[in-house]
Amino acid sequence: MDKTIRLRVDGHAHEVHADPETPLLYALRDNLALENPRFGCGLAQCGACTVHVDGKATRSCVTPVSFAEGRAVTTLAGLGTPQHPHPLQTAFAEEQAMQCGYCLNGWIMTAAELLAREKKPSRARIKEALGSLVCRCGSHVAILRAVERAAKEMTA
Amino acid sequence: MSTRATFLAGTTALVVVVAAGGGVHSFAWAADAPPPAKMTTLGDWLRMLPDGTVEMYTDKVEVGMGVPTGFAQFVADELDVPFEHVRPMLGDTSDTVSAGGVGGSFSTYQGNFAIRNAAAEMRSILLAAAAQQLGVPVAQLSVNAGVIHVAGDATKTLRYTDVLSALAPDPVFPQTGEGFNVDLTVPAKPKDWIDYRIAGASLPRKDAAGKAFGRYPYVVNVKPAGMLHGRFVYPPSIGATLVDVDASSVHGIGDARVVHVAGFAGVVATREWDAVRAARALKTTWTPPAVTLPAQAQLADFMWAQPAIKQNVVKDGDVDANIGGTPIEATYFWPFQSHANMGPGCSVADVRADGVTVWSGTQKTHALRQGMAKLLQLPPEQVRVVWTSDAGSYGRAGLEESAAAAALLSRAVGHPVRVQSMRADNTQWGTKAPAMAGRLRGNVQDGGIVAFDAVIRQFNGNEVFSQPSVAGSFLAGQMAGFPNDAVVYEFGQYGSASAKYEIPNMRASAELVAPFTPGNSPLRTAHMRDPEGPGTTFIIESFIDELASHAGMDAIAFRIKHLKAPRHIEALHYVAQASGWESRPSGSKKRVGTDGELIGRGVAFATRVVTTVATVAEVGVNPKTGVVRVRRLICAHDCGFIVNPKSLQGTIEANLIQSMSRAIYEQTTFDNHNVTSTDWVTYPIAHMHDIPDEVKVVMIKRPTIAPGGAGEPSSRPTAAAIANAIFDATGVRVRTAPMTPKNVLAALHAQGNIT
Repeated sequence: MDKTIRLRVDGHAHEVHADPETPLLYALRDNLALENPRFGCGLAQCGACTVHVDGKATRSCVTPVSFAEGRAVTTLAGLGTPQHPHPLQTAFAEEQAMQCGYCLNGWIMTAAELLAREKKPSRARIKEALGSLVCRCGSHVAILRAVERAAKEMTA
Repeated sequence: MSTRATFLAGTTALVVVVAAGGGVHSFAWAADAPPPAKMTTLGDWLRMLPDGTVEMYTDKVEVGMGVPTGFAQFVADELDVPFEHVRPMLGDTSDTVSAGGVGGSFSTYQGNFAIRNAAAEMRSILLAAAAQQLGVPVAQLSVNAGVIHVAGDATKTLRYTDVLSALAPDPVFPQTGEGFNVDLTVPAKPKDWIDYRIAGASLPRKDAAGKAFGRYPYVVNVKPAGMLHGRFVYPPSIGATLVDVDASSVHGIGDARVVHVAGFAGVVATREWDAVRAARALKTTWTPPAVTLPAQAQLADFMWAQPAIKQNVVKDGDVDANIGGTPIEATYFWPFQSHANMGPGCSVADVRADGVTVWSGTQKTHALRQGMAKLLQLPPEQVRVVWTSDAGSYGRAGLEESAAAAALLSRAVGHPVRVQSMRADNTQWGTKAPAMAGRLRGNVQDGGIVAFDAVIRQFNGNEVFSQPSVAGSFLAGQMAGFPNDAVVYEFGQYGSASAKYEIPNMRASAELVAPFTPGNSPLRTAHMRDPEGPGTTFIIESFIDELASHAGMDAIAFRIKHLKAPRHIEALHYVAQASGWESRPSGSKKRVGTDGELIGRGVAFATRVVTTVATVAEVGVNPKTGVVRVRRLICAHDCGFIVNPKSLQGTIEANLIQSMSRAIYEQTTFDNHNVTSTDWVTYPIAHMHDIPDEVKVVMIKRPTIAPGGAGEPSSRPTAAAIANAIFDATGVRVRTAPMTPKNVLAALHAQGNIT
């Protein structure tokens, strides 16, 4: 049964009419036309759908839209802009830390949560924090470079 | 295309091209050569806008390796305009020339000629017009950042944009070649390779920033007015066909409704989540499976027992007379592997009475246009395919499956329909790289290979044409009743020829086994990043390593001894140097890591067309658990002229990681009636914790040699390098891929010389 659910996404307030059990991914994409979180598996196995919910990297494909009510949702496009970039976005662009880039939400949003909590994480710590994300193209080496570059930038 | 060309019959063949200010470009070709069948205009490739932007039209789409950026560098360099002014216009069938799309590592290797010729010709036309306007000879002109200067006279300058009228009417040139070989013949000559400055530089990939900021357009976001979401139903087992559909089973799920076309059933709904739920709820009845699949553990035996078509790929000398009485023998196996694209594939189709538009991330938009036309039984002229990026695609990945389904659904409901596959649709039911089984024999005398005999059996791949141009090659097309009439043997012609060693008596044969069923098969095989190269190279290069061991020689020295081409030998020298290779027979030095891992290093070598790759892997093997950890990967890569070192490095690194994943993790599992690899848990691939401590790429500079391909070659040697490193560490050959703990432990136990 549809309900009206109030969401705050990338700083903007929205009302969504949807079944509360609808995955947040579909509510963001369908109801709000937010293009960034992407469907990869629908099983919380890959991370292509990752958004922040109150700063925590969350797999929107298995998170009911009702969970996000009253919480702040941030998508990759809301993390930063070319005018006001998040250091991770600059670093991923500079390092070209992607091939197809379809998975990028997961890596940048999960790394953003890590770098918000930990200054100068070790390489082993970065690998651990990003350990449950999938990149089929195999861009991991460049992704590690980008995250380390952003971490350095953020503590400079 | 423009038709402003005049053909003069007779002994002199000539095309007259009307150009700047009534001037005329004439282009003649040899009288004894047949006239070109096709013509192309400069504007089919490049258009300069009044603001100086250069639009670059190509069907070499961006699959994530930076090819369009490299093309833009060539265009900027030829024209001497800022790189930022070149705008790639990718893969729309309505305004790009059909040049084979992306595939086979051919985009840069073959595709560079047309775009460089077009740019050189544009420069030549604009400079001719400028010379006329300035009243000086062309030879006195130079160009810097789009501004034309006159030698010795700083007062005289023009911009390209001041003489744009020279490009109208759009000049016409002969188009030669087919597919990847398409070129255009122009009077102008591109720069020599050595003179490029913009091409050859590590300029930023034009897609990178957009992707990092979440602004790059993907096909999943295409949303024409009135669009509905669709899904279609996959068979429950191999070869099963649809018997009945219970349309009432989706009742009450939003506005979902059922579409049923012959053996194809799907659903559409306004909201995507409703379409997902309706597809899950839809009750369908199917015939029993068409065949019983062999037990997975017996797949190799099954393959050897099948009738096969034999192709001799390489044959030199007399193997039978020289193989000797007690040849060295080994058998190898490489499993089915799933494309398992990062996104499972998405397309939007808008089928209207006055024309069809399909948005797809296919590598080959022009071929898909043909396929869509056949599926919809319309002339191709009525179909437009608009390339829009999807997830990465490494061959005939089957992203087009969603396009076929979307087209059938859109035609049925009269709305644009977006179909996004679900995870299992892609991993379980998507196309597969073929399983391969190898039987090899060799005879080594005095450190040299006297005879080499390789037979590699693999599925023939004839159920998925390499081009998405056949309606019956699509699963949705098969279900809708289209015969799969491509029937081209896709395998047995590429990888087997990869061994470039000088061996006096050599035979490499491919034996092709028929698919399990011609239709509705989750084990239908198709090109997957280098159609079959990683599997073939695993088999050949592992066995070459065995021969080196029998010869008692160092694995690199042994390979070099059997190679002649300097570039092949140099790649091995570079990788030895960069990896700190210790020259000694493999398996002759026990190294134990801090955690009891046995450490070893291995090498493998491969070529792909003109590109040469040598890779060294260092592994740690846990002899108790069989876990293999790749500690280092070092790759020496020679693809001729390097268009963009940074892009190339990223492509090679990603190749190494993906091929490492295939080597140590990937195998498509199946039971008697269906594939059981459905997601990232049942089809595991490499994750961050698997990434080696060191990944080093040595890009060998060849600034005067035309570029070769780089999309696939470095995926070839990785698995063999890892297997050979396992031998160095343990003294045991793992001849079954992937090198999972199970397969490694089985080899350790069977060969048992662990001390």
